[in-house]
Amino acid sequence: MTKLLTAHFHEPRLHELETYRGLGGYEGLKKALAMGREQLMEEMKKSNLRGLGGAGFPAGMKWSTVTPEAKDPGPRYVVVNCDESEPGCFKDRVLVTRAPHALIEGLLIAMHAIDAKQGFIFVRGEYQVQYRILDKALAEARSAGLLGERSIDLMRGAGAYISGLDTALLETMEGKKAWPRQPPPFPTAKGLMGRPTVVNNVETLCMVPHVVLKGGDWFAALGTPKSGGTFLFSVSGHVAKPGVYEFPMGTPLKDIIAAAGGVKGGRKLKAVIPGGVSTPVMTAEELDTPMDFEGPRAQGSFLGAGGVIVLDETADMVMVAHNIERFLAHESCGQCTPCRQGSYWYERILERGLSGGGVAADLETLQRTGEDMTGKVICALGDTVGVVTRALMKKFPEDFKAKFPERRG
Amino acid sequence: MAKTIRFTLDGRTVEAREGETVLEAAQRCGLRIPHYCWHQALGNPGNCRMCNVEVEGAAKPMVSCRLQPKEGMVVRSAAPAARRWQRAALEFHLVDHPLDCPVCDQSGECGLQDYYMDIGRYPSSLRDDKWHMGKRMPIGPHIMLDQERCIMCTRCTRFVSTVSQSHELGIFGRGHSQVVDVVPGRSLDNPYSGCLADICPVGALTDRDFRFQVRVWYLDEAESVCPGCSRLCSIWAHTSTRRPWHNQGRRLARLKPRLDPEVNGPWICDEGRYGFAGFDSDRLGRVLRLGRDAAELPWDAACDEIAVAWHRVVRHKKPEGLAVVASGALSNQDWAGFRSLFVDGLRLSRFLFAPEPDQVGAEDGLLRRRDKVPNLAGGRAFGFGAEIQSLTWQTLAEQIEQGEVWGLYVVDRDPLKVWGEKGRALLERLDLLVYQGPRKGLTGELARFRLPATAWLEEDGEFTDFQGRVRGYRRALEPLGQARPDWEIFAAIEAAFHGGGGL
Repeated sequence: MTKLLTAHFHEPRLHELETYRGLGGYEGLKKALAMGREQLMEEMKKSNLRGLGGAGFPAGMKWSTVTPEAKDPGPRYVVVNCDESEPGCFKDRVLVTRAPHALIEGLLIAMHAIDAKQGFIFVRGEYQVQYRILDKALAEARSAGLLGERSIDLMRGAGAYISGLDTALLETMEGKKAWPRQPPPFPTAKGLMGRPTVVNNVETLCMVPHVVLKGGDWFAALGTPKSGGTFLFSVSGHVAKPGVYEFPMGTPLKDIIAAAGGVKGGRKLKAVIPGGVSTPVMTAEELDTPMDFEGPRAQGSFLGAGGVIVLDETADMVMVAHNIERFLAHESCGQCTPCRQGSYWYERILERGLSGGGVAADLETLQRTGEDMTGKVICALGDTVGVVTRALMKKFPEDFKAKFPERRG
Repeated sequence: MAKTIRFTLDGRTVEAREGETVLEAAQRCGLRIPHYCWHQALGNPGNCRMCNVEVEGAAKPMVSCRLQPKEGMVVRSAAPAARRWQRAALEFHLVDHPLDCPVCDQSGECGLQDYYMDIGRYPSSLRDDKWHMGKRMPIGPHIMLDQERCIMCTRCTRFVSTVSQSHELGIFGRGHSQVVDVVPGRSLDNPYSGCLADICPVGALTDRDFRFQVRVWYLDEAESVCPGCSRLCSIWAHTSTRRPWHNQGRRLARLKPRLDPEVNGPWICDEGRYGFAGFDSDRLGRVLRLGRDAAELPWDAACDEIAVAWHRVVRHKKPEGLAVVASGALSNQDWAGFRSLFVDGLRLSRFLFAPEPDQVGAEDGLLRRRDKVPNLAGGRAFGFGAEIQSLTWQTLAEQIEQGEVWGLYVVDRDPLKVWGEKGRALLERLDLLVYQGPRKGLTGELARFRLPATAWLEEDGEFTDFQGRVRGYRRALEPLGQARPDWEIFAAIEAAFHGGGGL
């Protein structure tokens, strides 16, 4: 089975420039610089490389929507979103720890593609080790002359989940409170400091050298018709061997779980959260779902950032819902009222359910207010608050009825 | 002509100007779409989610404060779906709201109450405890903060960053526990801080001056202009006379900005807003002759006696020895009467209408002007400041000292306050001192005749602002006692002179 990003993970010194180059590193950059920008864009579009941070926006398309220099002269930026905060996702951490040069190479190609002289890598504040690894790798690349006239700087987050959202990340970088912007304009027109900016996820950029080296068609052929290449799944929860597993796009969910050693302790699988906690839950009956950007969507869920959380029969779905909603309430940025107030309201209702005070009418409130949040807020966090619990309620009604019973009198 | 875009809103055809959003076009046409965060001068962050509307052909609800209309677009703000979204947003706003309306000053003019009655009226689904935050926090000299009532519309933080540019307020924390507060070590103390109580759509920021004084539904309002400086901002005068025992017996409860895009937009400054707290103190209501034979007089008698006193002096002294001190707070009508009596009638030449030293103050690029008197421009139209120049306080004092000036007619000015203790000796030298004004001041004590005039809220009138605009104001309160508008007094005195054959 083809592996792109994790193919050389067995090399102990992969994080060093010498090892990375020895394995063919920075050849993609060399080829990209020799290519014309238009041809590079063409390959990117053909590759069907999607934004792998969760949204799945085609990367080539994003690059090509950057306002052209002729229309808006001045600096333009590429920002790497390394603010991986989704509970259940840890692929970017592994990528940066093991192969920081893959990211730097991808970033340099992206900067070449949109003619950006300045790039930024925004690293989650909690990723202390990863920051140091990136810092060292950047220094190596710089002294090897790989950056050319370009400059790349590291920035650190301050611990807000919402900063992982592109526009909130840009606000954070500008020194403001991490409140998502309401597009339009999109960052590709007005991003960092009001300049055209491409914000890409770590994994997306790590894929770019492979697209350049082997061609867009080859890359697209690895995956499904609309999602090209491979994808890193962070598998966690009740599995025997949690970890990061690379599979081609469209691999059935059950294969991914099997690779992680299956459900731990021989227990029965109850549910899978396919893409990190903000994606709606899937049941044991839906394990044949092909994991690309289209597959889980057909089941009312999302591929997200590939954070597969496996839950066995011991899991109580009200507890799961409470755990997720408590996280989202804590991380709601507080900008839009429905999310700010709704998430905490959800937390309180679920907490009361867990401590024995739930009533059946609460389920109606959860259903109704959930509908009233989703699609009525600026960013995806508020959408999620309403979606996650409603999906759990729909697919595991018995768990909820037990905690929110009909009461007399 | 600017391009207009025609779209349909709730069945009505609305013409939006270029660049206008659906909400702005609706507001201009008098159609109400619920909103909190949008404010005409503070932008449209779109975070309150109250103005959701249904757009034909759109999959999702759209916030009308950020929606640019397109030609032929069909928008519904009152359809069941749009109403459900708006009601839901309102419900979220109220989840952690303390619902302390009975003790909240915003009651009666609160966005939460208004929209609940308009589009809410749902039964509560809340079974859990509310989140508690800071109460009654005096964050500045004029503003009280209640964090629990706050709905996070961010109007206040946008105001201090874009309008007053004083940056005292911030949003601290995150999510449901975040609060609006002053930046550590600072106080909400800028020349426009009172505006925060105006723009806060709920009871989170209330006016400390107005707090607990009177319920807003007992107030009457009149269109007025602020006489605090020559900007002449449009204001509402809110008066409390229906429940005289409220507001500590004071008739004027508060001044609020009246939206006027050409003059002051939606703002007024704190000097103007809080400068009239003593509106009813030290007021004159009786026509008096003072001195050994002190007595209350009818208006006619007082005017006659003033004419007689004048004639008695001018038998042996020059008529120009009577100097007139006039305030810049006279209305245009008053200036007309003033000129008719003193210039065209008595042919006087000594006038002092320059501001008192403490009537010159701070100026800024927003609203405040240097001269803190409202209507010097109006006087200029009648020659005062043009062909008739003002004496200075210094020269007037010298001329009294040298005996060139034997009498003073003071209109709503306080020479004694300007001159200090030496002024008392000066004023006592005079053969005639007439004082006319709404307030007694220090000079009013020493006058031979003391005539009560109405204050600006007690008359209809017009001022002229520094840009030459004529600005009308309406009577908000009844005159006190015998008080009359200044122009009526001038006219009555002029008539007395005519009657006595003096002119």
